[in-house]
Amino acid sequence: MASQAKNNVIDPLIDNNPITLQVLGICSALAVTTNMTSALIMSLALTTVTAFSSACISAIRKHIPSSIRIIVQMTIIASLVIIVDQILKAYAFEASKQLSVFVGLIITNCIVLGRAEAYAMKNPPMLSFLDGIGNGLGYSLILMLVAFCRELLGAGKLFGHQVIPVASDGGWYVPNGLMLLPPSAFFVIGLLIWAVRSWKKEQVEAPDYQIHQVHRTEVL
Amino acid sequence: MAETNTKKGLLGGLLNLPNDDPKKTLFIAILLCLICSVMVSTAAVYLRPIQDDNKKDDIKKNILAVTGLSDQAGTVDEIFSQFEVKLVDLSTGNYADNNIDPVSYDQRAAAADPQTSIKLDDKEDIASIGRRAKYAPVYILKDGDTIKQVVLPVHGYGLWSTLYGFLALEGDFNTVRGLRFYEQAETPGLGGEVDNPKWRAQWAGKKIFDAEGNVEIRVIRGHVEPNTVNAQYKVDGLSGATLTSNGVTNLLQFWLGDEGFGPYLKKMHSELGK
Repeated sequence: MASQAKNNVIDPLIDNNPITLQVLGICSALAVTTNMTSALIMSLALTTVTAFSSACISAIRKHIPSSIRIIVQMTIIASLVIIVDQILKAYAFEASKQLSVFVGLIITNCIVLGRAEAYAMKNPPMLSFLDGIGNGLGYSLILMLVAFCRELLGAGKLFGHQVIPVASDGGWYVPNGLMLLPPSAFFVIGLLIWAVRSWKKEQVEAPDYQIHQVHRTEVL
Repeated sequence: MAETNTKKGLLGGLLNLPNDDPKKTLFIAILLCLICSVMVSTAAVYLRPIQDDNKKDDIKKNILAVTGLSDQAGTVDEIFSQFEVKLVDLSTGNYADNNIDPVSYDQRAAAADPQTSIKLDDKEDIASIGRRAKYAPVYILKDGDTIKQVVLPVHGYGLWSTLYGFLALEGDFNTVRGLRFYEQAETPGLGGEVDNPKWRAQWAGKKIFDAEGNVEIRVIRGHVEPNTVNAQYKVDGLSGATLTSNGVTNLLQFWLGDEGFGPYLKKMHSELGK
């Protein structure tokens, strides 16, 4: 049990990462990673929502009619997201202004629904909660890495503080404007997936099609 | 029969039904919706006052920042109390003589309500805002009887979003003191650079009207050479953000023009000579 709990938190960080292995939650990873502050707040919001929605869904899993299962899950997730959004607006006003619609869009984040459907429906609340935390942290890890690259190369800043003097302020670094646009997150995530799969070979998928030479004699 | 049992028994009876029973499906759906809606509305109602304070505070902070008063000692509310808030009837340019409290007046809500706003036709609507409220608040900073600064709320469409901001003018109603947006969702690093302090600093000292009284102030493409003709009306464009730069020009042209604060500013300007 204890090792299961530990696995639930550790496993999604790299071995079963929701972004690099399952390739879920990509839209928000593109949208909120232009600076590390918004990526951090988004990570916290998503981790909270995933953990609590998994726990709630798991707690009532034996009473969820299978015909309306997805709607029940979505209702719980949506309510939690609205609550998180309201709390951010009240206590982290500046950050919520920056994140604007993206907190609301956690509802549509595949990771949350994915964990609810794949794990919370079949496992007890505490383990589901930890599974949610783990997947949230896995998402956060990638988000922070991407935001680090994008903010540093795109604006010469980290968490809004200038770390590389940029040319427009008389420094030496000419910021790469592409890093601030959504496509750059694709490149960074792609490179990350490549790096992780070179390190952990078992994540490489078997090709869907094997091209093999067909000799005329075989056909006949 | 479950119906003849007590309430607890009814609940228990429903929960003991197989999950696919229509009665249970309906029961779970209704119960879940009730619980979730109570949670959401509790959070919304309980946090509403804090959120409203945040919004008001944010607007005040921005007004202080655009006028350069934020360095003064004291809380935001204390410094802000130096301002006189008045409502302007935009069509005539006079101060409104109705009973609306200018401090609590919500220009955005007014612009959405057909009763308190006018629809702009395509030709007038250069800032792409659709409707314009009949009244707009102005924030006046006085030194004795002379007006030192006046802050006008402005908004207009950029590339992705409506930019909301404040334009502060000097007491001559022609010189810009500052321009600052408090709400925008332009591309960070490109259009989002409207929040860049360096870019904002250029606005101070720029002139709005030319000798004929036309709104001349604009954001141009590229860099403004200080010695060229009419440089006093021009501000550097944001590189890589032509549409946001145009949006800023359009919203200024609109709000300083005849459909916006134009009549008010002209009236105030002509009163200066007296």
